[in-house]
Amino acid sequence: MMDITIILNGKKIQDQIEPDMALLDFVREHGCYSVKRGCESSNCGLCTVLMDEVPVLSCSVLAARADGHRVDTLEGLQEEAEEFVGFIADQGADQCGFCNPGFVMNTIALLRENPDPTDDEIRAFLAGNLCRCSGYEGQLRGIRSFLNSRKEEK
Amino acid sequence: MEHREYKSINKSVRKKDSMQLLLGKPVYTDDLVNNHPLVVKILRSPHPNAIVEEINTAIAKKVPGVVDIYTWEDVPDQRFTNAGQTYPEASPYDRLILDRHVRFSGDAVAIIAAETEKAALKAMKLIKVKYQILEAVLDYHTAKDSEILVHPEEEWVQYGPWGGDHKRNLVATERDSKGDVDAVMADCDVVIDHVYHTKAFNQAMMETFRSYAEIDRYGRLHMISSTQIVFHTRRIIARALGISKSKVRVEKPRIGGGFGAKQTSVCDVYPAFVTWKTGRPSEIIYTREESQIAGSPRHEMEIKLRLGADKNGKIRAIDIYTLSNSGAYGEHGPTTVGLSGHKSIPMYTGSLEAYRFDYDVVYTNLQAAGAYRGYGATQGIFALESAVNELAEKLHMDPTVLRDQNMVKEGMFMPAYFGETANACALDRCMDRCRQIFNWEEKYPVRDMGNGKVRTAGVAMAMQGSCISNLDVGSATIRLSDDGTYNLMIGAADMGTGCDTILAQMAAECLDCSVDEIAVFGADTDASPYDSGSYASSTTYITGGAVVKACEKLIDKMELIAAGLMNCSKEEVQFEGNVVKRLGTDQSVSVEEIATKSQLFNDESAEVTAMHTSPVSPPPYMVGMVEIELDKLTGRVDILDYKAVVDCGIPINPALARIQTEGGLVQGIGHTLMENVTYNRIGRPMECNFAQYKLPTRLDMGKLQVEFEHSYEPTGPFGAKSIGEIVINTPAPAIAHAIYRATGVWHRELPITPEQIALGKND
Amino acid sequence: MINIQKYVRAQSLEEAYTLNQKKKNRILAGMLWTRMESGNVPVAIDLCDLGLDKIEENEEEFSIGAMVTLRQLQMHESFENYCDGIVAKAVKDIIGVQFRNLATVGGSIWGRFGFSDVLTAFMALDTYVELYKGGVIPLEQFARMQYDRDLLVRVIVKKKPGVFSYQAMRVQKTDFPILTCGVSCMDGVCKAVIGARPGKAVCIHDDRHLLDGEVTEKKAEAFAEYVAEQVTTGSNMRGSAEYRTHLVKILTGRGVMELGGVRA
Repeated sequence: MMDITIILNGKKIQDQIEPDMALLDFVREHGCYSVKRGCESSNCGLCTVLMDEVPVLSCSVLAARADGHRVDTLEGLQEEAEEFVGFIADQGADQCGFCNPGFVMNTIALLRENPDPTDDEIRAFLAGNLCRCSGYEGQLRGIRSFLNSRKEEK
Repeated sequence: MEHREYKSINKSVRKKDSMQLLLGKPVYTDDLVNNHPLVVKILRSPHPNAIVEEINTAIAKKVPGVVDIYTWEDVPDQRFTNAGQTYPEASPYDRLILDRHVRFSGDAVAIIAAETEKAALKAMKLIKVKYQILEAVLDYHTAKDSEILVHPEEEWVQYGPWGGDHKRNLVATERDSKGDVDAVMADCDVVIDHVYHTKAFNQAMMETFRSYAEIDRYGRLHMISSTQIVFHTRRIIARALGISKSKVRVEKPRIGGGFGAKQTSVCDVYPAFVTWKTGRPSEIIYTREESQIAGSPRHEMEIKLRLGADKNGKIRAIDIYTLSNSGAYGEHGPTTVGLSGHKSIPMYTGSLEAYRFDYDVVYTNLQAAGAYRGYGATQGIFALESAVNELAEKLHMDPTVLRDQNMVKEGMFMPAYFGETANACALDRCMDRCRQIFNWEEKYPVRDMGNGKVRTAGVAMAMQGSCISNLDVGSATIRLSDDGTYNLMIGAADMGTGCDTILAQMAAECLDCSVDEIAVFGADTDASPYDSGSYASSTTYITGGAVVKACEKLIDKMELIAAGLMNCSKEEVQFEGNVVKRLGTDQSVSVEEIATKSQLFNDESAEVTAMHTSPVSPPPYMVGMVEIELDKLTGRVDILDYKAVVDCGIPINPALARIQTEGGLVQGIGHTLMENVTYNRIGRPMECNFAQYKLPTRLDMGKLQVEFEHSYEPTGPFGAKSIGEIVINTPAPAIAHAIYRATGVWHRELPITPEQIALGKND
Repeated sequence: MINIQKYVRAQSLEEAYTLNQKKKNRILAGMLWTRMESGNVPVAIDLCDLGLDKIEENEEEFSIGAMVTLRQLQMHESFENYCDGIVAKAVKDIIGVQFRNLATVGGSIWGRFGFSDVLTAFMALDTYVELYKGGVIPLEQFARMQYDRDLLVRVIVKKKPGVFSYQAMRVQKTDFPILTCGVSCMDGVCKAVIGARPGKAVCIHDDRHLLDGEVTEKKAEAFAEYVAEQVTTGSNMRGSAEYRTHLVKILTGRGVMELGGVRA
């Protein structure tokens, strides 16, 4: 067992962990149930969290590596997500929802880095977020209509 | 087509759970279980066919944190099926919770219950098993009447006329025909005669199989399961454990995708057994690998197809023999195969003079198959639509024009579809519209793009059903709430498809209120009215029918209570949404007043349950067209555009119908171009995780466009038919067609890989 | 699942090196795929505190720390400008942004994985690896070496003027490649690097000077044929040896043409 301190969604969390605990399991144990595991091969993107504002696969990050770092999950970014997820809901593209938190987290990362992406930039940035339900097109339409509405507001 | 203007029907309402899902709220099985349940893990057989001679768990049980380990000696000996089907199931009773005879590499050998995953995995390594290794049937061509029996056990039983015979490795068999196929075929100018092969594709829903069990406050077994079939699961668990159904409650929270996979109770019996034994909460979560190798994938099928036509392209005869591979257990084996003929052949009702459809479903020592969106129709339609395209190419006819001449049209009697009539059929309009939006005339010719690349197009049609006719049932309970809003309780399972919302839209339409005023609950065997579950494309059509009936009955009840309040007879009043009016007067009472009265000195319940079933299963229809760019040198296929026009009757929620279609198309694209299933020498799928089983990403599907051509199905709620399954059927034949156009080679096995294309290797 | 007994953030390369001399101890890089592995690791040695997450540039070279992520590489304008964007092209299809934010240059190069896009692209450049004990050696030589207990500290890319191209064949767009192919011409010396054969990348130099002078399709084809003869391919789930050899020709030919007529 080892001691770590993680700033999880702005709150300092100190805990004792096994050295091989994944960050994914750590954040779920601390109530961040939005973070999902969909595979064991670092392929699906369901477990995306931001570590020091960078989107990473929490299934593949040791909680020990995150010691001393800032980790954000969808629980901590509700307001930022609420700005655009309604547009995805309007498309019905949420579907089963299991991939949504990872997809929403990576979309947040995309929009922070590139506030006005093209469709191809959206596809490329989100390529690591698998979705088996929606066929992706509705997710894209949702993001696009959010971006359009944001432009109209300006 | 024109239909009445509705308030809630045919409206793109947001899903009732959408914001919960998009904001990552804890709504799935594993999110709801915060009491540190025992971790349940399964030791799996490394052999495809073996008898457990000795199994020693003594050392493994000593691992700190291990609570118990169960083997075949510990479980009841009553056989059951995991298939979620109406009782008595067509699927044979061929399973035990743990069987001494293990029948595929991955079959369960022992159940481990431990405090932590680490302890369970450590114990798994310490269980000593001595196997008597038996020869295995890994090639489904040799399974029927093989000397090696997958299920030699005498207790094997199958109910109903499915033709299964475990002494012949047969799960089911049938011969069906109309007219003299051989004579008509002999008289045809052209006969297309080929073998088509589709594999055991995996549903690969994002949430793997999982189930939780606890003993509730009444001492009953309470399951929270990611399932499409709460009532069937309750029956399966009760039978497997040998306990009364009254002792079992099954509920489903939100489900992370199903696509049919969760129409089989793949893993519920394990935590159920552990909790029943230990009295402690327990949970099993399949790894992705377990979902890939011990799940319930599509039935691999080989379809021998002969298609006879005259020289003008009139399709005269179709002859199909399907060999279906059920794997080690028979779940959904007898029922999927029928669709390979019954939901492909009727598309050509227009001209067909004779057909024959025979099949065998066999046991092998491979992972058991189950239900997957399309359920056999997908396999049959790949074969038939490929053959029709080949016919058109052979006759130098435009394949869309050839279809115009032969397709089923509204009002036609369909002999190959159980003698049903196509009451609502816009297939012809789907074809017209798709040709137009796709720009078929321009996209169909092969265009050289330079550097070895060509562009061209392909086409396919599809159909499905809207329920299992004469069999399944759907129910809805609707209750007037205190404040004049409503509760709708259902036993159907929203697995992300949006049925909770769609059914609420129907209720809102009937009750003339907003969708927000309908609170939906589902599904829980204690609280929901009985429903077969969400499968067979049936929820909108069947459970929707129940909702309409329930609402009509509730209106009657509300009118009765209102009449009492206004001191008149029920005949004098009329429900008008938020009020009930006394006709010919200006007297009325609000729904809220009726609600209040219903709870006060009242003997007329403002809650009703209605059940619905159907003697017919109206097919939805669709047309899909794909434009590809094919690199002749590398064999790479890029989907540029996929356009589809669907006739699902009246779409209750066009946004959700569109997403269903887009999602189905992308799954179909995956099966056609990148999702492969190959086996190692012990019959284990090599594509055992997402590093090897490649789902399409958003870079792999081109641009999709979906439109709807309305028809009005008189037996459906608000004219609706189904949408969920049909949408997966067109990509394989359409893409195979386009690849032929680009290369001159027909590929008759899925997936079609760049290697096969570049090296010119067909089937 | 992997079992780690102890996690240590090394405070010096010497500490990391010393810990790494125990056979079962492991260096942590991107940490990817650890869930698919099994076995016991007494000490997992993390290099994340050693400042190896930077790309440094001077007039002669780019010095890339072992802990630099693939996405850092992809987004590094000056480096991508130098190499005609081939490293960005090589990494952009590796699973996804979140994966590339973890996967490191050090892990990718140290692994010398057969399927590696990264190894192929770097081998097409004038690349050296800096080993803690072994010093600076050419990547080509490193790729052929046996795994040992040394540490990979940096990857160094010399700014030798040249032209570069990169091609890979995948079925699904973010899958492992069926074949990778980097082509470069530096100081008039051309080579093709073929990876995912499925064995690890090998380098074929244009010893026969098939590409001398103005590049034509004919010359490209001749060189591609030559490379295909030199490269041994094998079969696995993603493709047969026959198909891979076919791809060697196609991708090398296209790679050469992409270099353009004018070469340094």
